[in-house]
Amino acid sequence: MATVEIPADMELVYKRPESLTEAHTHYCPGCTHGTIHRLIAEVLDELDVRERTIGIAPVGCSVLAYYYLNVDMAEAAHGRAPAMATGVKRVSPDKVVFTYQGDGDLASIGIAEIIYAANRGELLTTIFVNNAIYGMTGGQMAPTTLPGQVTTSSPTGRDVVAAGYPMKIAELLGGLPGTAYVTRQAVLDVPGIRRAKRAIKLAFQAQLAGLGFSLVEILSTCNTNWHMEPVEALEWAKEHMVAYFPVGDTKMTGEVRALKEGK
Amino acid sequence: MARGMVIIDEDRCKGCGLCVTVCPAHILQLAEGRFNAKGYRPIEVTDPQVCTGCAMCATICPDVVFTVYRRRRKSARQAHDKPVRQAQGEPKRASAAA
Amino acid sequence: MAKELLEGNAAIAEAAVRAGVEAFFGYPITPQTEVLEHFSERLPEEGRVFLQAESEVASINMVYGAACAGVRVMSSSSSPGISLMQEGLSYIACSEVPAVLINIMRGGPGLGNVQPSQGDYFQAVKMAGHGDFHMIILAPANVQEAIDYVGLAFDLAEKYRTIAMVVADGAIGQMMESAELPPMRPVQRPEERPSWALTGANGREPNTITSLYLGAENLEQTNLRLQAKLKEIAAHEVRWKEYSTEDADLLLVAFGTVGRVCQTVVREAREKGIKVGLLRPITLWPFPSARIEELIPQVRGMLVVEMNAGQMVEDVRLAVEGRRPVRFYGRMGGVIPLPDDILPELEKLDAELAGEEGGSHGDS
Repeated sequence: MATVEIPADMELVYKRPESLTEAHTHYCPGCTHGTIHRLIAEVLDELDVRERTIGIAPVGCSVLAYYYLNVDMAEAAHGRAPAMATGVKRVSPDKVVFTYQGDGDLASIGIAEIIYAANRGELLTTIFVNNAIYGMTGGQMAPTTLPGQVTTSSPTGRDVVAAGYPMKIAELLGGLPGTAYVTRQAVLDVPGIRRAKRAIKLAFQAQLAGLGFSLVEILSTCNTNWHMEPVEALEWAKEHMVAYFPVGDTKMTGEVRALKEGK
Repeated sequence: MARGMVIIDEDRCKGCGLCVTVCPAHILQLAEGRFNAKGYRPIEVTDPQVCTGCAMCATICPDVVFTVYRRRRKSARQAHDKPVRQAQGEPKRASAAA
Repeated sequence: MAKELLEGNAAIAEAAVRAGVEAFFGYPITPQTEVLEHFSERLPEEGRVFLQAESEVASINMVYGAACAGVRVMSSSSSPGISLMQEGLSYIACSEVPAVLINIMRGGPGLGNVQPSQGDYFQAVKMAGHGDFHMIILAPANVQEAIDYVGLAFDLAEKYRTIAMVVADGAIGQMMESAELPPMRPVQRPEERPSWALTGANGREPNTITSLYLGAENLEQTNLRLQAKLKEIAAHEVRWKEYSTEDADLLLVAFGTVGRVCQTVVREAREKGIKVGLLRPITLWPFPSARIEELIPQVRGMLVVEMNAGQMVEDVRLAVEGRRPVRFYGRMGGVIPLPDDILPELEKLDAELAGEEGGSHGDS
């Protein structure tokens, strides 16, 4: 990069957060994983917890998340991140522990582990990236694939009679007594990204305050496996995913609300 | 005089074009006829003088391509403005209630 | 410490508490549930972590997480539950974090029954799960050994950053015997956690613990490193016990409960004039192949006795490499072979080999 002179009366408004490494990600152009990693990193910086945070990476496109997030991390078996995180947190209660999982990892093979971690009220934060498809393995149907959506394992469109309905994770987990804060957000436009960041921050704050299990489901895109341009993918998601997966909180205990409003 | 400016780390850019759609000043475009080290057409600013430093580009960019600066405003009405924290994608707005 | 009457499973759990285990994650399954139940009382009493997980799959992954955090941690299960854990064991082995497992073996395959068995020898010894690896496998034959090997398992697991599994059978788990528990070892302080552990990147570069190595050469390097570690373990940690082998010309090879029964068989056979000895492997991996090889010149043949269809016998045959006949006697389903069952087989082998005197020593 050529050195650019910054005028003396200009101040820095935005730069790469400390909690993000300098590595260039392997994610496809336009993939919202990059955005979500960045939001997590910004939150960890703002809460000043980077040096006591431990993250658990999933199996999926974000299996290499440990190259990008500048914190201690472990790689879990597919779906098992909430169990692994439980093991870490139970023996390290003073650390901030989170899992980062995709829709196959969390809602398919890992459904038991996330339900139990949530219902036990583990002091963990889960960031759940829902892009309605299996990205890493090349575009198969996911638990959150929409009815009629074409994927490589539902070539004529998801048939709900054969394959069941898409899983509404935020609603499922929000209904569990052990959870403190469960919300669905979307990173499909700038206002949504800002709102998602506030949700991620509240989720981590709920953990820090010992209030219980928090999960932020984030509607995301996979332009490569949806066979769309990046901008087109955001539009498609806004038009089709939000209707099925409404944005908003599905669980917020009084204590979490007080935390949110105390700000 | 520009109210804001962005530094673009060209080699991070994957030419996804998301920022182009959110820039309210419409001054971002993918470079024509040249490519970065990864083989993508990197983003560039067409008219830097119009940049307001709103940081919407940085907010939507998945690849941390943008570093954003904004001129500190000196009018009395905006005296409430505090320097924005580095990691925030949301520029604070001056408001009497702030 | 004085001897007390202890139940196998409870003794195993208490031995782990004394060894400073900081966390136990497990799931009920007969015949080892008493391990979990004992921990459910004792660990909270000691201010440590106990959690009954939603499945064995979850259990092993919780163990993996706590192991990454650098603490002494274990799980316990029985045959079908260990099958569920195999993915996790493979991950833990490749990641090189220490963990201890207990398998109280029951009748299989499938749901089987809850009777004792040695049917998981292959599963334990040949591989923890997918890929190239071995766990250290310790096989007690009585409650005292079970207690001793739990402590040993933690020490070995930590020393080599690997998995050590104590394999007993339902009989040992359920029996009550007089045994001595070790004194309480203090639990590690948080600041004593190893430098490789996930403790927060406080003033240091982040630690990453993974079993993912993209790129063929990269993964080959990892495997070479793991194999070198296994070689090290095999060179230093083989354990076995011998009975009456000094002048033996027949060798019994058996482990665990069957090994214990064979101690009686040796005595009874000797009374009948058969000069038999017993080699009882303690480490099923690394297997005492070298010692078996050493005994080849002095013995005419070997009889391997197991509670399975013939598993350890293959490792004995590998060590013997056809140089002596190696016969097998096995019972399955939970039937424990008794001296009255084994002795006739030994006599048969003795007679067979006497009949062959002067001829070549054929293989089985």
